[in-house]
Amino acid sequence: MPQNYVPIFLFIALIGVLLPVTLLAAKLVRPDNPSKAKLMPYECGIDPIDSARGRYTVRYYIVAILFVVFDVETIFLFPWAVKFKALGAFGLLEMLIFLLILVVGYIWIWKKGALEWV
Amino acid sequence: MAPITTLHYLVVAAALFVLGVVGVLTRRNVVVVLMSIELILNAVNLNLVAFSRIWGLQGQIFSIFVITDAAAEAAVGLGILIAFFRNKETVNVDEVDLLKW
Amino acid sequence: MTPSTLQTLPQGIEYVRILPEIVLSAFGIVIMLLDPLVDQRRSSRMLGTIALIGSLAAIAASQYQTQCPPGTAFWDMVRVDAFSIFFHIVVTTVTAVVILTSFEYMDVQQLHAGEYYALVLFGAVGMCLMSSAVELVLIFIALEISSISTYILAGYRRRVAISSESSVKYFLLGSFATAFFLYGVALMFGATGSTSIAKIGETLNAGPVPLLAYVAIALMFVGLGFKVAAAPFHIWTPDVYEGAPAPIVGFMSTAPKAAVFAVLLRVLFEAHAPGRLWLIWVVAALSMTLGNIGALVQDNIKRLLAYSSIAHAGYLLVAFAALPSSGIPAAMFYTAAYAAMNVGCFAVISHFASAGERRVTLEDYAGLGRRSPILAATLTLFLLSLIGIPITGGFFAKFYVFSAALQADLVGLTVIGVLNSAVGAYYYLRVIVMMYMREPREETPVAPIPFGLGAALAISGFATLYLGLLPGRVLEYARSAAALLR
Repeated sequence: MPQNYVPIFLFIALIGVLLPVTLLAAKLVRPDNPSKAKLMPYECGIDPIDSARGRYTVRYYIVAILFVVFDVETIFLFPWAVKFKALGAFGLLEMLIFLLILVVGYIWIWKKGALEWV
Repeated sequence: MAPITTLHYLVVAAALFVLGVVGVLTRRNVVVVLMSIELILNAVNLNLVAFSRIWGLQGQIFSIFVITDAAAEAAVGLGILIAFFRNKETVNVDEVDLLKW
Repeated sequence: MTPSTLQTLPQGIEYVRILPEIVLSAFGIVIMLLDPLVDQRRSSRMLGTIALIGSLAAIAASQYQTQCPPGTAFWDMVRVDAFSIFFHIVVTTVTAVVILTSFEYMDVQQLHAGEYYALVLFGAVGMCLMSSAVELVLIFIALEISSISTYILAGYRRRVAISSESSVKYFLLGSFATAFFLYGVALMFGATGSTSIAKIGETLNAGPVPLLAYVAIALMFVGLGFKVAAAPFHIWTPDVYEGAPAPIVGFMSTAPKAAVFAVLLRVLFEAHAPGRLWLIWVVAALSMTLGNIGALVQDNIKRLLAYSSIAHAGYLLVAFAALPSSGIPAAMFYTAAYAAMNVGCFAVISHFASAGERRVTLEDYAGLGRRSPILAATLTLFLLSLIGIPITGGFFAKFYVFSAALQADLVGLTVIGVLNSAVGAYYYLRVIVMMYMREPREETPVAPIPFGLGAALAISGFATLYLGLLPGRVLEYARSAAALLR
């Protein structure tokens, strides 16, 4: 029913009005004297040494890709966990074989040095 | 308002599918093409889960397999892309042009 | 899973029904574990030998399956019968031949062998599984196992720009096609309420066919048509074949194709796919014509054979349009014959290409008849078989396909096919003329044929001649297998 949406439209209209008004008010009221230290991304901690849009080393991508693979493979544990009792020893054995294959993959990438941090 | 039926999900899935296909065919960046393919796979997942409402759980189990496959495919694809980038320094589909008819 | 199925746990016999897959996976995993542990310089031969033993063990396992009663396993996920054992043997034999070819290739191209052999074996796992799977979910997973392995293998010469580029192209278009196939599977599940091919067949046969099923079959056909490089989904083929390592082209132009054709046979015939006839008619005619016309103008032998493989996919699909009783055996015979001759062709090419795959143009083959008579003679045998000259496997393959088509009154399609065979003869003969009638461009002797390659050529040459001289036994086997399918 369309009239159910009336409050939502009211809210949208209210946001459209209030947002510029508050921003403008803040701009008029606040003291405005920027300095170099203030304009830095973080006011405390280590000073940034480079542009944030610079390139990352490809290592980040490789580790991220590997993470995604291992993370998603664990999804198969979920249906097994739901039916754990019913599947019994057979399910446990099959799952151990599955995990063994994942471990082999893990050993392989480890030995290949894909996890070395340069 | 009418209740949300299975058909609604199927329409959304079909829309995602079309978006994915259009993305693959028109986009120039390989990574975006890859994302469009993932979009199609998500349309498949939505379809499967929606059909599970009618036919039972197996559609949902199927979608788990699709999710893992999508992850494996994306991982291999990005790996291939990194190898390609080292040779060619570009991810633009138009510049994948060493091999021509 | 319903509680009732849980009470029936897999029996011993069910593990035998996936024995080739288990053997191949185990050997692949062992190779992956050994690869980082053994010395890089010596690992190539050792890992290759392990892979070879693995593939031979898988052939033996497929043979052993013939001793066991046919049946299903793992809750009707796979079915092993004469049909799937036929494709198991084709796939595992091709794998063994490719591994034999790769021994020398890996040394000459200075490639690291570890993952290579593991990926070949894993790919073979997917292909074997594809041919015995009777469940769309499992078919999809098997398809992906084989595809993902071949995506990586296509880019295995990763320092070479064209190889990694072919890999990118293959990956993007391949996963696009898989997505289509998958969408079709999802719609088929929606239309019939099952992913088991037998149950889908029952449903589609019983009542009115829902519109959704037509869409599903079309989408699945697009995905599978891509994998077998049938026109109009063939655009990727020449580029990928040109860039990929030569032994791998031999692998991916034969074994996955055989497996996907097995899937197509199961999906189209066992599931009583609606509207298949005109779909196949158009695709077969297009593939034959576009493949042969494209091949006419090629100067690179890998590209030439890529177009030829498109054309052969077309000939094979002609059998799909025929009646099942004669079409299925003809298609099975064609897959085996094509696998034998094409894997042999690429064995020769990968040897002759030398370091960095320098010699792959037709001019390079000038005078090969004088420079290396054995290499030229074997390549001639395979090319004659590809044309379809008698006493080679290619002749009977084409003969059975076209006679099956005539039995089904597909005169138009047969005429197109025969005309195309005549056109195809031209570019194969061009290579043979180049080898025997031209002066060699360089006089440096071709490297002697090493043992592994010799064995690979012997196996594929023997298979080509065997299918050409004594086709009866294989055809009879294919007939009995096809009878089980319906």
